Amino acid sequence: MTQRMEAQARELGAAFDIRAVEACVLAGATKRLTAGGEEFQARSVIIASGAKARRLGVPGEDEFIGRGVSYCATCDGAFFRGKRVAVVGGGDAAVDEGLFLTRFAEVVVVHRRSELRAAGVLRERAFKEPRMRFKWDSVVTAIQGEAQVNGLSLKNVRTGETETLSVDGVFVYIGHTPNTAFLQGEIRLDDGGYVVTDDELHTSVPGVLAAGDCRRKMLRQVATAVGDGAVAAISAEKYLAGLTDRDGGKKGVPR
Amino acid sequence: MNPMVVTDATFEAEVLKSQTPVLVDFWAAWCGPCRMVAPVVDAVAEEYGARLKVAKLNVDENQLTAAKYGIMSIPTLLLFKDGAEAKRLVGYMPKAQMKAQLDGLL
Repeated sequence: MTQRMEAQARELGAAFDIRAVEACVLAGATKRLTAGGEEFQARSVIIASGAKARRLGVPGEDEFIGRGVSYCATCDGAFFRGKRVAVVGGGDAAVDEGLFLTRFAEVVVVHRRSELRAAGVLRERAFKEPRMRFKWDSVVTAIQGEAQVNGLSLKNVRTGETETLSVDGVFVYIGHTPNTAFLQGEIRLDDGGYVVTDDELHTSVPGVLAAGDCRRKMLRQVATAVGDGAVAAISAEKYLAGLTDRDGGKKGVPR
Repeated sequence: MNPMVVTDATFEAEVLKSQTPVLVDFWAAWCGPCRMVAPVVDAVAEEYGARLKVAKLNVDENQLTAAKYGIMSIPTLLLFKDGAEAKRLVGYMPKAQMKAQLDGLL
């Protein structure tokens, strides 16, 4: 689907240049962004930098990425056919991806609370799924393995008891962190680092808009992200039209 | 140069016995990040030119090789030098980061 979206955008004249933004100056009429050592200038910018999976931050995690530690069940589930995996987390993503993983593997959901935060329908499916079981009130304190993951060190947050859970893989779904560090000090971010916008997706700086998972909002899904994209594009267009109106249409693309 | 396609059957000849270092992109059609990393791999291949051979291996169709190298997450990029694994890169990364990981080895 994303490939078709990209093809459509290209047909309509959009250019793609994928680079990481290293620095930006967004105040003022001309926005300046540095990416890959090159400066880009624009009159309007839509920020759609998304969010990345939050890591557990425990020993063994970095070491075993690609050797049993994963953040993408869709990508990596098939490598665990006939094995046993843990899913860490209790929200929608953890349960949904955990249910997907039961197609391949026996799944143990490790959750720090005694109930799931996931939506009711997911909870029901999870409790009915014979290949899924639960370790409540438990946090991962270390990921163990040799060449590959072979277990998790767990700690019960109520009793303080520790144990080892034998698994061949661990899928981490404990939330996301927005990719907004490069915007610090340029536009308003909330305490979690998400970009604050109004209903038309303007940020605190005129001409700068935000769309998708990087934005403070209630529901972060593909459906809401594409909706944001449409709104932000129209808002940017209105902003640009307003600039042209004010200077009698004389202003060209900034040099 | 476009990356070449390697399979379980051609892996030894094309990768392990290659005179030049080979970067193998382990991927599958169902994996979104694999599609994101593919153009980065293409760009890296172009920049290194003759110093590096780039190959793609579909893990769905070539499970023997994927299992042999313990691939448990895709995309995984393995750099082979003289038939041995010299570097393992897991997940999407932008070009500058990929090159920084490979530069010292080529």
